[in-house]
Amino acid sequence: MADLLIELFSEEIPARMQVRAADDLKRMMADALKGAGLSFDAADAYATPRRLALHMTGIPESTPDVREERRGPRADAPEKAIEGFLRGAGVAREDLVEREDKKGTFLYAIIERKGRAASDVIAEALSDTIKNFPWPKSQRWGDGSLRWVRPLHSILCLFDGAAVDMEVDGIRAGDSTRGHRFMAPEEFTVSDFADYRQKLLDHKVILDAGRRQTLVRDTAQTLASAAGLELVEDTGLIAEVAGLVEWPVPMIGSFDASFLEVPEEVLILTMKKDQKYLVTRDPATGKLANKFIFTANIEPSDDGSAVTGGNERVLTARLSDARFFYEQDLKGKLEDNLPALEDIVFHKDLGTVAERVERIRKLAVHLAPIVGCDPKEADQAAELCKADLVSGMVYEFPEVQGVMGRYYAQAQGESDAVADAIRDHYAPLGPNDACPSAPVSITVALAEKLDTLVGFFGIDQKPTGSKDPYALRRAALGVIRLITENSIRIALNQLFDQDLGLLTFFGDRLKVQQRDKGVRHDLIDAVFAKGDDDLVRVLNRVAALSGFLDTDDGTNLLAGFKRAANILKIEEKKDGSSYDKPVDVSKLGAPEAEALSDALARAKEGAENALISEDFEGAMAALSGLRAPIDTFFDKVIVNADDADARASRLALLAEIRTAVNTVADFSVIEG
Amino acid sequence: MPFQKMILTLQNYWADQGCAILQPYDLEMGAGTFHPATTLRALGPEPWKAAYVQPCRRPTDGRYGENPNRLQHYYQFQVILKPSPENMQELYLGSLKAIGIDAALHDIRFVEDDWESPTLGAWGLGWEVWCDGMEVSQYTYFQQVGGYDCRPVSGELTYGLERLAMFVQGVDNVYELDFNGAGISYGDVYLENEREQSAYNFEIADTDKLFEDFRKAQDECAKLLEAKLPLPAYEQCIKSSHTFNMLDARGVISVTERQAYIGRVRDLAKGCCTAWMEKNAERWRDKYDWEA
Repeated sequence: MADLLIELFSEEIPARMQVRAADDLKRMMADALKGAGLSFDAADAYATPRRLALHMTGIPESTPDVREERRGPRADAPEKAIEGFLRGAGVAREDLVEREDKKGTFLYAIIERKGRAASDVIAEALSDTIKNFPWPKSQRWGDGSLRWVRPLHSILCLFDGAAVDMEVDGIRAGDSTRGHRFMAPEEFTVSDFADYRQKLLDHKVILDAGRRQTLVRDTAQTLASAAGLELVEDTGLIAEVAGLVEWPVPMIGSFDASFLEVPEEVLILTMKKDQKYLVTRDPATGKLANKFIFTANIEPSDDGSAVTGGNERVLTARLSDARFFYEQDLKGKLEDNLPALEDIVFHKDLGTVAERVERIRKLAVHLAPIVGCDPKEADQAAELCKADLVSGMVYEFPEVQGVMGRYYAQAQGESDAVADAIRDHYAPLGPNDACPSAPVSITVALAEKLDTLVGFFGIDQKPTGSKDPYALRRAALGVIRLITENSIRIALNQLFDQDLGLLTFFGDRLKVQQRDKGVRHDLIDAVFAKGDDDLVRVLNRVAALSGFLDTDDGTNLLAGFKRAANILKIEEKKDGSSYDKPVDVSKLGAPEAEALSDALARAKEGAENALISEDFEGAMAALSGLRAPIDTFFDKVIVNADDADARASRLALLAEIRTAVNTVADFSVIEG
Repeated sequence: MPFQKMILTLQNYWADQGCAILQPYDLEMGAGTFHPATTLRALGPEPWKAAYVQPCRRPTDGRYGENPNRLQHYYQFQVILKPSPENMQELYLGSLKAIGIDAALHDIRFVEDDWESPTLGAWGLGWEVWCDGMEVSQYTYFQQVGGYDCRPVSGELTYGLERLAMFVQGVDNVYELDFNGAGISYGDVYLENEREQSAYNFEIADTDKLFEDFRKAQDECAKLLEAKLPLPAYEQCIKSSHTFNMLDARGVISVTERQAYIGRVRDLAKGCCTAWMEKNAERWRDKYDWEA
């Protein structure tokens, strides 16, 4: 048993690709080795900006010997068939043996393969892995034809302490690598993984991304607390930073406090997205502080003031730009931006953004009384909701759309409700995004999403399979969340001029959303089949139904219903007529049937009353009174009685049960 | 190090690496990549090494001389190495050292930044190079130009000279850059130019004339392509691209039209690349055993 160490040393690998690449290297090598019959104990992969590494342990020296017998044609088969078999099996004529069985004498090929040396298997596997590596984007370089994420410079491949003999596109594997680009660039050889990891450390490279992240986080926290500040945790950014350096050296810098008058979302975006800086807050006020933490890739030869000064200058220039745009934007009013929206095409068949805003306004005014807000405020917020798209700030930083609109609205004296709605009308942007709860925000957010959905469904641009270029699923989920989380009572169908299939689409999205919360999809189908377009009521029904079916009464009633429905299906087909007609109680001819009829009358009345007040649990409870009479009925009474009148009455009774139960939900689509 | 000394140093450095030191192309263009010494030379099998300064015009970036970082006219230093050599990163770092950037003192980083020019139908992979958090160069391995695969691959380096000089001189305002080390500042040379050109670009430029220029350049280019003259045809393509940028600065191109204009410039660029390849095909075949 021996260890394998691989390192693929290249020019700088994009930070966002490193984790996945390390996993792919591990997976591909593990699969290739397993596929060749080579086992191993453990495999660990690593990535730095310049290298992918893999360490596998417990690999045998060679693959096991294999002996295989393959049955061929009959011994007296034509020569051509035998030759074909020899070619296919890759053996010579003398390797064939004859065996007899019931059907005759057949030729068998005995194929014996000696185990292959592990190093040969590894060489082949690594070569294939490199050539077929699934980089999201790859390139050629120089005169070569190999593709890699960036030029690949060297391959280290050690098995059992010795370099594996292999070559890819002119790069020969060896036992050496290099250290940190600037602090320890010299080449060195390694003997095994422990030696590799230690020597890298000696050459200013921390191999393990997790250790680089911890170092960044810990040092950043120390630096922040030393300055009396609190680090704003950002796991994603720390991971990215750790992918940009082989030797992280976090340092603290500052910017002029006067920049803090610019909205902090913009300051944070500038530092985080453009510069990859971690930001800090004043623990007393919770406000953004004018100190940031950046991570260098070197221990500078001075005290760090050159690097810090440089980073501060860059940030100052960027923040000056941001402040310039902010101040420019504040000089005008949001209304001034509206004409420019006429020049932005939303979609070629759906008009300009200005036209879209007009539609959203109309819809918002219509929705306002339903949601419960002032139509004037809804209209004002809707009119201005897209105005910041043509502001200088959003042109520079598209991510702060909405956020800037809120600041500008506040600055020009709009109410908080209007300003918040401008910011929040994009929300929720997915299952975990915060969902607006203020009435004006809900109204405009709903109007924005409904306009999107009606528009794209109207021009037949529905999502198909994995393709959803206009994020219509997300919009529908947004509508569902806005309505259900705020208990907005609204009949969706009334909002659509024509049937575009949107209600079905909402039903599907609702199923997906509720599935994640553990709700059975068939229950949603059962309720949706009733054609209810009030999502709040739909979910209440589903909840009541779900609770009911968890009880014994519920499961038994469902069983009774299914039995009744099955019998009816068969008999109605046989007779070619429906039994949805009045029950002639006098012809039922059995006390159990009469009892059921009485119980049904009570249950119907109870359920109907409960349904009027939307007491779905009450309706279920009323129906549960049917359980015992149904069970007894099926025990004692033969539905298909010889007496035609009795049969007809009993079937009509079952049909009435079917109808009664279906008033609450379509039980026929419930599974179980 | 004064601005002009930095340019001279870069020229000398790359001359020592075997580059032909070219002079700026005498047409307005948005980036040094547009120079035929890069765009056209990146195609085909012929080895090529060149370096040059290219003045760049980006009308929309004009700020009337009031922004310390943004200019509508600035300089790029452009290096093209074909095929990209094995030690290209080291060569590049050597050039930074030559202009006084000490890698032991400053944090130099290669940060993912893939390059794409929709107007040239070109793309490549590479980085923006950061020095203490400031982008000082763009580094690209060309994969396609004019829609054609680059074989061999050219390595392209683009230094933003003003930014680099501001970094080296530790200056926060571009106009305060020491231009010649003898009392002339960058502002002395270019501040008035920025004011006047911004006014021209944003306010005065006659849009009817520009639309006409764009159309004429398109027509002329098509005619030259028919005459199988890729070099003058490509000049018309450069002109139409700059005219488009001017129209953009005047705000007369709507978002929808924008794509159509870019598409038209791209079609010309592709046509020029095709004509250039056809023109050289026979020579490349004879000399480099090249197949299209």
